[in-house]
Amino acid sequence: MAVPTTRQHAGTEPDSGSVTEAIRVSVPGSGLRQDLRAVNIVWSREILRFKSDRLRAITSLVQPVLFLFVLGTGLSSLASHGLPPGVNFRTYLYPGVLSMSVLFTAIFSAASIVWDREFGFLREMLVAPVSRSAIVIGKCLGGATVSTFQGIIILALAGLAGVPYNPVLILTVIGELLLLSFTLTAFGVMMAARITQMQAFMALTQMLVMPLFFLSGALYPLRALPVWLTVLTRFDPLTYAVYPMRYAVFSYLHVSPAAAVALLPSLTWAGWAVPVGLSLGIVAVMGAGLLVLAIAQFQRTE
Amino acid sequence: MTEPAVQVTDLVKRYGELEAVRGIDFAVEPGETFGFLGPNGAGKSTTIKILCTLAHPTSGSARVAGHDVVRDKDTVRRNIGLVFQDPTLDSYLTGEQNLRFHADLYGVPRAQLAARMKLVLDMVNLWDRRNAEVATYSGGMKRRLEIARGLLHAPRVLFLDEPTVGLDPQTRTSIWEYINDLKQREDITIFLTTHYMDEAEHCDRIAIIDHGQIVAIDTPENLKASIGKDRVQIATADDQEAIRELKERFDLEAAVHDGLVTFSVASGEQFVPRLFTELTLPIRSVHVARPSLDDVFMSYTGRTIRDTEATAGDRNRAHMMAFRRGR
Repeated sequence: MAVPTTRQHAGTEPDSGSVTEAIRVSVPGSGLRQDLRAVNIVWSREILRFKSDRLRAITSLVQPVLFLFVLGTGLSSLASHGLPPGVNFRTYLYPGVLSMSVLFTAIFSAASIVWDREFGFLREMLVAPVSRSAIVIGKCLGGATVSTFQGIIILALAGLAGVPYNPVLILTVIGELLLLSFTLTAFGVMMAARITQMQAFMALTQMLVMPLFFLSGALYPLRALPVWLTVLTRFDPLTYAVYPMRYAVFSYLHVSPAAAVALLPSLTWAGWAVPVGLSLGIVAVMGAGLLVLAIAQFQRTE
Repeated sequence: MTEPAVQVTDLVKRYGELEAVRGIDFAVEPGETFGFLGPNGAGKSTTIKILCTLAHPTSGSARVAGHDVVRDKDTVRRNIGLVFQDPTLDSYLTGEQNLRFHADLYGVPRAQLAARMKLVLDMVNLWDRRNAEVATYSGGMKRRLEIARGLLHAPRVLFLDEPTVGLDPQTRTSIWEYINDLKQREDITIFLTTHYMDEAEHCDRIAIIDHGQIVAIDTPENLKASIGKDRVQIATADDQEAIRELKERFDLEAAVHDGLVTFSVASGEQFVPRLFTELTLPIRSVHVARPSLDDVFMSYTGRTIRDTEATAGDRNRAHMMAFRRGR
């Protein structure tokens, strides 16, 4: 057996005298550019998977549509007493349903890590010579893109809920959806780092997702609640994502100025009104924190 | 000076109470095909995991392609290709998409990618199926795609962990054809684990591993020679007379097995001519068998590899039954 006297090391120029010259590839050393390429491919894969899975895109529309049109219409005669005249309950529910669709899609995207582990593909990613953070960031960006896209489909239904198609409003909401879905995917990925079985992951996330949703004020105003519920809603991270979205939607409604004032939501801490910017800041900081935690979880080696 | 492709020094891996690898040492030369032979649970997979930087050694050290697997993890990773026991493909993507994903993770230069992809896919005969979803591939095709993917970034060492496990005999044979072909075409070191004796024969050298320790390490030929004797079987007109004569003239203990006079002797082929000249009885037929790797494994571990598999199987069955009862 021929043992070559000079071996080509990764990162050096190809050895022109080598017999296998034609098929020699020189793999570059690690670096930011390499990590970005990894982020990009992990992200692209999520989108590719989503595109080829039309069934998922359709089925995940069922729940928001049910909430918006069935629950929203069914409850409107009851709920309209609390709303200014000319405002439909569906309109009220709309920002909450947007957050809900993102909530479910983002967690489901993160669940793909559990599948990837079960089918072995996670290993292919974890043994690659790229930093684990590149993989986790790619995954979170992928999940955020896919669930924002899902949110955009709901956004297309805005007219049916009495929400105007204002470009500024739409861009604002898309931005907020992106932020929320990134944070939620990071949360899901962090959970998926440790939970190796799909059933366990689904059971645990269901147990967390429903309370998160119900306590977020997606379905009811955060004013004049009993103390215990007020406290719980303020501890729900999702509250801080639903509030800016509702604020944006309600600012653009075609209603009388009096109705607009009555309708604008408020989020208070012991009587102090939390600014929308701070609320978004809280979501962003949480997203960053969860991302760091998720990366830390994936950096552990046996 | 060429440094070893794989250099392992006093490697130990403990999982709590369990000592999976108990201080092993070996080196694999560049260009060599080196096999780890042992029953399930002997420590093969744990060792391969450490060499592939997927597990930290408890103590000792390992260098792959000249780099330490703990300190220089990423460099090691760039220089190795991996084919695991269990599939690690995305079956929703096409064969080509799986390779592209790998190329981006390993930073294969874009300019070289198309040619390299064609080369590795041709090598495993999958070029025509590159645009089909992996979900539509057979078990053998998936394994071949994994081999192609493992080679895509031109690694210096290719690790194959039980490359043919779970495949039917024909597919196993074809996988070995691809691996042998690969040895001719690429300038590469192959490190593989197996618990199939016949596959170990393909290796330049093998290490027999049992209970986390290397009990023997050499070429298959030398290992077989090391247990010495060949088995000679002769058919004669009078077996009892033949046995008496063998004892008298050669001081050999023979006995009748399967209707043939059977005895063991060092280098059987050289012994046969003497047999014909010195034995007075006419001999109707001679059969000389060299020791098999099964005999080698048996002589080093005191049992056959199938014995150990059988006990493991029984244990699994007992476990399954307990599990069913529990439900």
